Amino acid sequence: MLPRIFSLAALIAVWAVVAALVQSRLLPDPLTVGRATLAEIRSGELPFQMACTLGRVIGSFAIAMLLGTIAGYAMGRSKATDRFADSWLIVLINMPALVVIIFAYIWIGLNETAAILAVAINKLPNVVVVVREGARALDPEIDEMAKAFQFTAFKRLRHVVIPQLAPYLAASSRSGLSIVWKIVLVVELIGRPNGVGFVLGSAFSLFDMARILSYAICFILLMLVIESFLVQPLERRANRWRRRPA
Amino acid sequence: MNDAQTAGDAAPLELRIDAKRFLSSEGTAVEVVRNLELRLDAGSFGALIGPSGCGKTTILKIAAGLDADFQGRLRTPGAGRLGIVFQEPRLLPWRTVEDNIRLALPADQTNVDLADLFGTLGLGSHLARYPGELSLGLARRAAIARAFAIRPDFLLLDEPFVSLDEAVAIRLRSELVALTTATRVTTLLVTHDLAEAVQLADRLFFLSDRPAQILFEKTLPPPRGARSKDLVAEISEEMRVQVAQAVARSGQS
Repeated sequence: MLPRIFSLAALIAVWAVVAALVQSRLLPDPLTVGRATLAEIRSGELPFQMACTLGRVIGSFAIAMLLGTIAGYAMGRSKATDRFADSWLIVLINMPALVVIIFAYIWIGLNETAAILAVAINKLPNVVVVVREGARALDPEIDEMAKAFQFTAFKRLRHVVIPQLAPYLAASSRSGLSIVWKIVLVVELIGRPNGVGFVLGSAFSLFDMARILSYAICFILLMLVIESFLVQPLERRANRWRRRPA
Repeated sequence: MNDAQTAGDAAPLELRIDAKRFLSSEGTAVEVVRNLELRLDAGSFGALIGPSGCGKTTILKIAAGLDADFQGRLRTPGAGRLGIVFQEPRLLPWRTVEDNIRLALPADQTNVDLADLFGTLGLGSHLARYPGELSLGLARRAAIARAFAIRPDFLLLDEPFVSLDEAVAIRLRSELVALTTATRVTTLLVTHDLAEAVQLADRLFFLSDRPAQILFEKTLPPPRGARSKDLVAEISEEMRVQVAQAVARSGQS
């Protein structure tokens, strides 16, 4: 923890020094940004916009993880499904995020459903690829044991399949959260009347650098909090059995 | 193609495999078992003995109902509730020893008292440990406990003591004799170790090389678990003669 605090302090110090040297409205110093952030928080503007964005992040992340896990599992377990769906996957992986967003807004309309779906579709193929690897690596011997002891489908899923997929799910949710929130900002910039992306867009047209920096920093902080207090503890819990000495 | 069913209480295990083939990597069919017929009385302990690679594990998987792709017929004893101990312990590494054993139980019995079973197998002080922390001997004990915990009608053991050091194997064999005697479960053991089979079983089935058939059968006098070295030597000699005759027969035809 201490080295991390030290390195963050160093980063802020570098920023302060550079800002003092260039003395430009286009690079405000940390204090100005801090004051702007406080004002935005007091007015309730920043919490509201962050909540809008966070809601979209959670919604599209959940959809992508759920559908991606189901599709990835099916493709990892069945060669026929994999052969059939693999080309769809390649198309999806290589589709530019912006194209998906534009299509979603044009076909579904400039609304919340389109925004969340567009982000989910962008994240989906990445989940499928990772979970497919996990499903391919499922231990056939343990599978046979579960069959011999007549495990019910639910018991197999909960005690046999999910524990083996857990590291893959954790990996794709970690990379997933950061991808999803970046794409959510683009979606908001293009077609939503609120959210961090919308605010950044309007601040861009006003060259309001302090505002841009304060929103960016606050969102990074929020993601750090989610990562350290939600994702990492869950991962530690799932891997409890691994850390024991053999 | 085959006719698998469960019979009533005290019904014998009946297994007939007319043919079992595998596809080789070149795509040709290899016959692993041919015309094998096996009958094991309810409550008795049978041992399948054969050279490694002769298809013992294949036969066991068919008897377990895990492989339905064969021509023949299978009737399992009792209600067909199967306990199985694989060559590897096959415990869930992310569950404790006790969870592993209780997970095998049907949903309405997960809280049954297993203290006696844990005691017999010396697992009492290891229940909260994870499989990764156990020696092979202990993991095997946990796998045996799992198979007995469900009160099987029918027990299958696939070389359950292979690669254990002899002292541990001897103790586990006597624990197994105690458990099978107490529960009177119909048991089929697969092994390449004649001495082990003679110690444990009531009835021995000797298998040929591929495609596996039963060369001859032998019933042993009770009690199990206390048989002399002389008996092992005598049966070993008989096996040698029978194998030589079988080879001679197959040479003539």
